[in-house]
Amino acid sequence: MTPEPVLSVERLVIEVARTGARVVDDVSLTVGPGEVLGLAGESGCGKTTLSLALLGYTRRGLAASSGRVRVGDRSLLEMGEEALEHERGSLVTYVPQDPASALNPALRVGTQLEEVISFHRRNEDRAGRRVLVTKVLEDVGLPTTRSLLESYPHQLSGGQQQRIAIAMAIVNRPRLIVMDEPTTGLDVTTQARVLQTIRDVCREHGGGVVYVTHDLAVVSSLAIRVAVMYAGRLAEVGPADQVLQRPAHPYVHGLLQAVPDIEGRRELTGIPGQAPDPGRRLEQCLFAPRCPLAVAECRQAIPPPVAVGEGHRAWCIRVAEQAGAPVAGPGVAPREVAADGSGALLAIDDLNAGYGSRPVLHGISLSIPTGASLALVGESGSGKTTLARCIAGLHTGYTGTISLAGAQLARAARARPAAAREAIQYVFQNPYSSLNPRRSIEESIAQPLHYTEEHPDRAEIDRRVGRALDSVSLSAAVRRRYPHELSGGQRQRVAIARALIVEPRLLVCDEVTSALDVSVQAVVIELLDELRRRRGLSMLFVTHNLALVHSVADEIAVIEEGRILERGPVERVLARPTSEATRALVANVPRLAPVASGAG
Amino acid sequence: MTTQPETAPATPRRSRGLWLDVLARTCRSRRGLVGLALVTPVVLIAVLGPFLAPKSPTAFVGLPYAGPSSEAWLGTDGIGRDVLSRVLWGGREILALAVLATVIGIVVGTALGTTAGYVKGALDEAIMRTLDVALAFPQIILALLLVSIIGPELWLVCLAVAAIHAPQVARVARAATLRTVEQDHVKYAEAFGIPRRRVILGEVVPNIISPVMVEAGLRLTYSIAIIASLSFLGFGLQPPSADWGLMVNENRIGIQQNPWPVVTPIVLIAILTVGVNMFSDAVARSALGIEAPIAPPSMSGSDDVLGGAEHVATEVPAS
Amino acid sequence: MSSVPASQSEQRSDSRARWSDSIVLRTIVRRLLLGLLTLFLVSVVVFAATQLLPGDAARAVLGRDATPDRLAAFRREFHLNESWLQQYWSWLSNLLTGNPGTSIANGLPVWSGVEPRIVNSLYLLIVVALVGIPLSIALGVWAALRRDRLFDHATSTITLAAAALPEFVVAIALIILFATIVLQVLPPVSLVAPGTSVWSHPTVLVLPVATLTIAVVPYIYRMCRGAMIEVLESEYIEMARLKGTPRRVLLLRHALPNALAPTVQAIALTFAYLAGGVVVVEYIFGYPGIGQGLVNAVSARDLPTIQLIVLILAAFYVLVNIIADVVVILVTPKLRTSS
Repeated sequence: MTPEPVLSVERLVIEVARTGARVVDDVSLTVGPGEVLGLAGESGCGKTTLSLALLGYTRRGLAASSGRVRVGDRSLLEMGEEALEHERGSLVTYVPQDPASALNPALRVGTQLEEVISFHRRNEDRAGRRVLVTKVLEDVGLPTTRSLLESYPHQLSGGQQQRIAIAMAIVNRPRLIVMDEPTTGLDVTTQARVLQTIRDVCREHGGGVVYVTHDLAVVSSLAIRVAVMYAGRLAEVGPADQVLQRPAHPYVHGLLQAVPDIEGRRELTGIPGQAPDPGRRLEQCLFAPRCPLAVAECRQAIPPPVAVGEGHRAWCIRVAEQAGAPVAGPGVAPREVAADGSGALLAIDDLNAGYGSRPVLHGISLSIPTGASLALVGESGSGKTTLARCIAGLHTGYTGTISLAGAQLARAARARPAAAREAIQYVFQNPYSSLNPRRSIEESIAQPLHYTEEHPDRAEIDRRVGRALDSVSLSAAVRRRYPHELSGGQRQRVAIARALIVEPRLLVCDEVTSALDVSVQAVVIELLDELRRRRGLSMLFVTHNLALVHSVADEIAVIEEGRILERGPVERVLARPTSEATRALVANVPRLAPVASGAG
Repeated sequence: MTTQPETAPATPRRSRGLWLDVLARTCRSRRGLVGLALVTPVVLIAVLGPFLAPKSPTAFVGLPYAGPSSEAWLGTDGIGRDVLSRVLWGGREILALAVLATVIGIVVGTALGTTAGYVKGALDEAIMRTLDVALAFPQIILALLLVSIIGPELWLVCLAVAAIHAPQVARVARAATLRTVEQDHVKYAEAFGIPRRRVILGEVVPNIISPVMVEAGLRLTYSIAIIASLSFLGFGLQPPSADWGLMVNENRIGIQQNPWPVVTPIVLIAILTVGVNMFSDAVARSALGIEAPIAPPSMSGSDDVLGGAEHVATEVPAS
Repeated sequence: MSSVPASQSEQRSDSRARWSDSIVLRTIVRRLLLGLLTLFLVSVVVFAATQLLPGDAARAVLGRDATPDRLAAFRREFHLNESWLQQYWSWLSNLLTGNPGTSIANGLPVWSGVEPRIVNSLYLLIVVALVGIPLSIALGVWAALRRDRLFDHATSTITLAAAALPEFVVAIALIILFATIVLQVLPPVSLVAPGTSVWSHPTVLVLPVATLTIAVVPYIYRMCRGAMIEVLESEYIEMARLKGTPRRVLLLRHALPNALAPTVQAIALTFAYLAGGVVVVEYIFGYPGIGQGLVNAVSARDLPTIQLIVLILAAFYVLVNIIADVVVILVTPKLRTSS
């Protein structure tokens, strides 16, 4: 006799009120007591909208047009605001994605925590509340001091803020906790700790948990069951170990191939194209345009759910061809460092950099051989971006030398000879600000050509822009468009095209995929790798994501607090790190491993 | 899996005339239409009035403060001149001065603000401190001060009003510049060694036009109000010129006998200012998707308090 | 049951504000110094504008048919034959020692004419503040709560129109409506002898207060509404809703404190702006305040009075800005505590 589900979502549809475009389309889910359901998907899939609906809440402009959400015995979407106020925070609670913005900056942390209790437990007096607060702070691993409770949110670290948010969500012993990517924005070490706290909480807590995330590796260590969404609809639902290791839906399969693997056992493969926006979603399989297994029938109707196993369903008519194929693939070939004996292309000697009086980098000495790719890995605040900027000539506050092919470079980019400026090209992290919104794609890519020594003519510029677009696999139709018409991944490729058009020798990539979805990230990484191999480009790949380095670099340098901890071939450093800090970093990276034995 | 060439999503191409788009959208919106409907007749009266006036604005046509008659449709003013003709003549200077003062104020203000925001450092401090001093003078006082010494010269009034606008426009331009300069495409241009002038003109200015234009609409409203007020106080056009502001003051005394020389200019000024304000609010809404901030003319508000105009619309990735 | 404790690096030191090294104190001092600097610069500009212009100041002030004796006396009194620096210094030192000079218009000490006017103008401003501020905030908050509905649209449109109108237009309209043509219940002009307090004839205050209130309310309303909307759209308010916060608590404890800072700034700036607006209003209603004093002084080219009044207005402006900045800091925890 299966116990009564804690959460039951029945054919939920959420639309944009004005246009009727569906953000969540006919989704049904259940969560049993003690169960952790991972709700996964990329940006735009509707998972956040769905997660808010589990509290009976829709954002401005959206409305639930049909379907039901039941938590325990309450049907939330049919309740009025006042009744919902009663249930939110006690029956079902929410842990937000960004605790820094989710905590009220004008109220003390203790007040915000205590009021959750006082709203829902009217019979508790002051002393009783204090006891509850103390207990819940212990549960989440925070000190129970008065000074903590009297702090304002901005006085706490990111990890502490998130623990407060978690405390607020568990103190009233809810039946359902909804967590929306609660560890995004935390550095890897803090993330690992907070995740552990979450695991403990899930285990102790008797109700259900819905854990929303885009990071499949995180989900695999936490969830018992997984539901994957795509473009507002469910793609696959089932036990975590089955879905994550033997996915039935081609999208889930493709997604898992795109997740970076720190063990380096699997080559990174992306999914070209992008998901349709709400309003452009037709009555067919929405993944078909990007699907390697698509046939004509896929475009004729929305695929019905197909049973793949016990409690395991996938919405795809080609499940039989796909089902069971393990997510693996050719392992990543070990790279030989392309040392061609011509010495280092870029050499940094004893660099000390800072901002005003604040020192950021200490005694950095590093070299990048010609044709080699070096990954510079560190947490935020480690100084890696500062180093990249110094190399590019964007930051001049440093001592020490940077030399290109033996010749020392001036600190400011403007002071360098044109040849040096062309030789080192920089690609920025944020695809939304690296292109001038007022220039067409064509103009942006051609921009550097107007300032090179050779001054190519109109026809030549045209040709080179065409070739640049080709090399990043963008069609010529993109030329006349403006940045706001392209997706993040496309913009990033335009930025790369712009960098390549002057035929640089060193490409500095500063967290270029951090703002992109996993599947798009993989596409860009593949592109960078291909370019590097074909053109013999040297690359400095700056990232905080250790798992990416196998796919993009020959060597890795780990940086922490402005110092290089170690450096060497990727294989060696990740498998046998010499420094303790590196070891800890490697250990803290979530892995797409067999699911941990969670609660129950 | 090899990467395949890809096309961009099939969205309609946005034309390059961004400002024409904004204006077109404004003219279709309700507020924009109301604003336009209010402004157009008054502007026509002001500009074409002198050609339509039945009498000379300075000729005597009857007894003082006589009521409307077939000779003088709006009656006569305190000296016996035809009110209708004076009204038709009386809008030109206000409009011309207001537009001129606004344009000068915006050009100077934008130049100062953009330079301060781009160059930063000591020059920025110097410019902004100087502007702070200018902003410490409540609106009309500076104009009064100068007029009290030099005399009510029209060119002085125009420059004084422009000087009232420039600091606030500079603030807005500076805030927008600071924000734009943080964008990576500007950093890219710097890293490539593109000459500074080209960077300002090519990367910065096109991206700050929106908030500056919104501010421009606001400033025009205040120009009209300030110039009319100065004339009212007697520090703008001097008698016997026909000027709406002046007329209101001159004929206050006789308001019980003939209200028209006071009421007509008041109504015209009111319609004009309200119409301009509505239109510029509508422009702000279509350009930035939010409402125009309305600020007292000599606001030295800190840049992040005045929401709205200073937010250049940027795209946010969906989550 | 224990969970992974927050590591050492996650713990922070005592968060309580220590008033000895308080940020508030430092900010007040810094703003005061900056304000003094601004005032000093303003005084230079005032002085330069009035006494250093090219041409003969004496002749410009006294007129064409002034006798040579009078011209000479004028020049002596204003030290016009000395160097600029000396002129400025004598003027400034006189000012600071409480001797702003003698009025050209009536020969009396400037201060005796200005002082009662300051008081009357202050009365006006205080009444406008007491009426206008609560009204604007109430309208702004309500409009934000009823966003995009009828009340919001109506109020926003009306205030948009009101903000555009020059004060003299509003004043004359009110006079026509309530004092002369339509109704005749209020006095169109303040027939109060200069030097007496306004409170002896309170009805005199009504129309000027109404005019200034109409001038002031749109700005504060706009700012308050905008701030409230931004707060209501914020993530922390969304989070509070998801915690099940009751509506009233949400508004009063969670939302309003965060909307205060921009609103306070708007209030301060609006009142500073009134320093100029008051000129026109007092002139129209013949209200015996500092604005009327300025207009009279300018008409009479009464230099010392002009200089003093402008300085007072500028000082008022600077002071209001300082107070606003301090209040904003007090009201925003992020600014007044260390992190």
